[in-house]
Amino acid sequence: MLIELADVQFTWRGAKHATLDMPQFSLAAGERLFLHGPSGSGKSTLLSLLTGIHLPQRGEIRILGQNLAALSNTARDHFRADHIGYVFQQFNLLSYLSVLDNVLLSCQFSRIRRERAQAFSGSTKAQALHLLDRLDLTPYLERPVSALSVGQQQRVALARALIGAPEILIADEPTSALDAERRAAFIQLLFECAHEHNTAVLMVSHDPQLAAAFDRSVSLASLNRCSVEAENA
Amino acid sequence: MLKIALRSLLNRRLTVALAVLTVALSVLLLVGVERLRSEARSSFANTVSGTDLIVGARTGSVQLLLYSVFRVGNATNNIDWDSYQKLAQDRRVAWTIPVSLGDSHHGFAVLGTTGDYFKYLRYSENSALQFNQGVPFSKTNDAVLGANVATKMSYRLGQNIVLTHGSGEGAMSEHTDQPFTIIGILAPTGTPVDDTVHVSLDGLTAIHEGWESGSASLLSSTGVLAADQDRALPPPSSITAFYVGLKSRTAIFSYQRAVNQYADESLMAIMPGVALSELWQLMRIAEQALTVVSGFVLVIGLMGMLTALLTGLNERRREMAILRSVGARAWQIFALVMGETLLLVSAGITTGIALLYAMLLACRPILREVYSLNIAIAAPSTTEWLLMGLTLLAGCLIAALPAWRAYRMSLSDGLSPH
Repeated sequence: MLIELADVQFTWRGAKHATLDMPQFSLAAGERLFLHGPSGSGKSTLLSLLTGIHLPQRGEIRILGQNLAALSNTARDHFRADHIGYVFQQFNLLSYLSVLDNVLLSCQFSRIRRERAQAFSGSTKAQALHLLDRLDLTPYLERPVSALSVGQQQRVALARALIGAPEILIADEPTSALDAERRAAFIQLLFECAHEHNTAVLMVSHDPQLAAAFDRSVSLASLNRCSVEAENA
Repeated sequence: MLKIALRSLLNRRLTVALAVLTVALSVLLLVGVERLRSEARSSFANTVSGTDLIVGARTGSVQLLLYSVFRVGNATNNIDWDSYQKLAQDRRVAWTIPVSLGDSHHGFAVLGTTGDYFKYLRYSENSALQFNQGVPFSKTNDAVLGANVATKMSYRLGQNIVLTHGSGEGAMSEHTDQPFTIIGILAPTGTPVDDTVHVSLDGLTAIHEGWESGSASLLSSTGVLAADQDRALPPPSSITAFYVGLKSRTAIFSYQRAVNQYADESLMAIMPGVALSELWQLMRIAEQALTVVSGFVLVIGLMGMLTALLTGLNERRREMAILRSVGARAWQIFALVMGETLLLVSAGITTGIALLYAMLLACRPILREVYSLNIAIAAPSTTEWLLMGLTLLAGCLIAALPAWRAYRMSLSDGLSPH
């Protein structure tokens, strides 16, 4: 299993009640999992736990067999850089870096991903260019990031999340800023690229219509016993 | 990471440029005040280099220094010519320069002296006076101009000038009957010499003949005296002060004692360096006030930068979250913001110093002409390096605040910035 959660409970500092109380959750290698979660279901909290930004007060989170709680803060940051690609809802890019540099950002913080990208295409730059080409972004390489459309920006973010073939891709509502037509196309492209790199996909969205394309679809509310609580974050 | 920091700064270039400018201007003020202070000191010190003692009527040593060297204020009393002769012929004395002040010419001091003035007076690091044009005075009505007098009044060699009896606002009566001829113009020195009209002691005696009562007598106003150019003149009855160069510096104290204990009239001898440091003592409060004010300006400048940085930080939460998502450690976020701020402060210091040198270069001629302040374009002094170091240190302390906030924010926000 890539991700294994057992009896995890998390309470935000200063909050009276737990935001997340999750008896069990898992993600298998190469799996494409859709997590349906409206706001208030503990989505942000779960993602911050899975990425090792925060640690649960109770329970255990294992990623690639590694217990996150056993790692120091810095080691968890390292671990995230090495094994997890992350796509935000929007505003994924640093406006002051070029498209290429935005993609290469992932390799700056992880030696493993740098080495994998080099093994894959000879150099990190070649790998980035390959991914950007795969995502139809070659004509936009020289454009300032701010001149890209939202869809193009999301695709750049996808390239950044996938470079160096991390085991897990976490996408937090990556299509919410896109119109309906582009959503399906984006997800299709996401799947293809993830498959190429043998990366498992965990996508969180409030839009259940997207679920059909995935191997498995789970409602966050059914996993989280505290889902009635409003999210703190 | 450095590239990211630089790009991020470039992205916010307007805010960044303003922050750098704020720091630069404060540094300019802080170091500029220090530079002017030390330059003014060395300029003053340069004025009297090579003179071992200055002798005048007994008064305060700062006062004697001010009127005899800097032409500021008036002598309370003169030295009798006989006393001067006696003291000048002491065996310890190598040379003396008698100085007689009191008259003026269009606000410039007129100084009566002898040819030894041009021979022995030294300024700066032991430089002798140089003539730009002409020669030292030899006749009774010859005059040698300081560089500023010549430039400001547009005087040429051979022109005639009229001296005014007394100096300041009340100086009205002019020695029109006996004009002086410009025979020499000195090279600029950056000392009060530049603002002085030099004539011979005999010249002063000649124009004051018949003025013993304090104003022109019939004899002088009718031109009877002036008509006889080559008449024999008596030695002057007194002089204002005289500069002394001794054969050996070891004799300074014994000669000084001899002057101070001189029986016939009450005189005093001062060492210019010692009197100058007394003068600086007097000026210290003003100097300190200036330093304190410029220090506060620096603090205000840094505060301004801090405000800009802290305000900007909120807008940068997204940037921090992206960096965190690709694996940036929280301490790297801290280092990023810290490094940025230090870069800003360093750029501010560098810009400030560059501005200072640019201004010094631009203002040098003005400072020299208007204030007789000769400023050297030299490398920063130890004190100035220290001030820059202190600014950087203050910058470090100030940088820690936004850096810490960014660190806390990146921990609590994680991947979900608000």
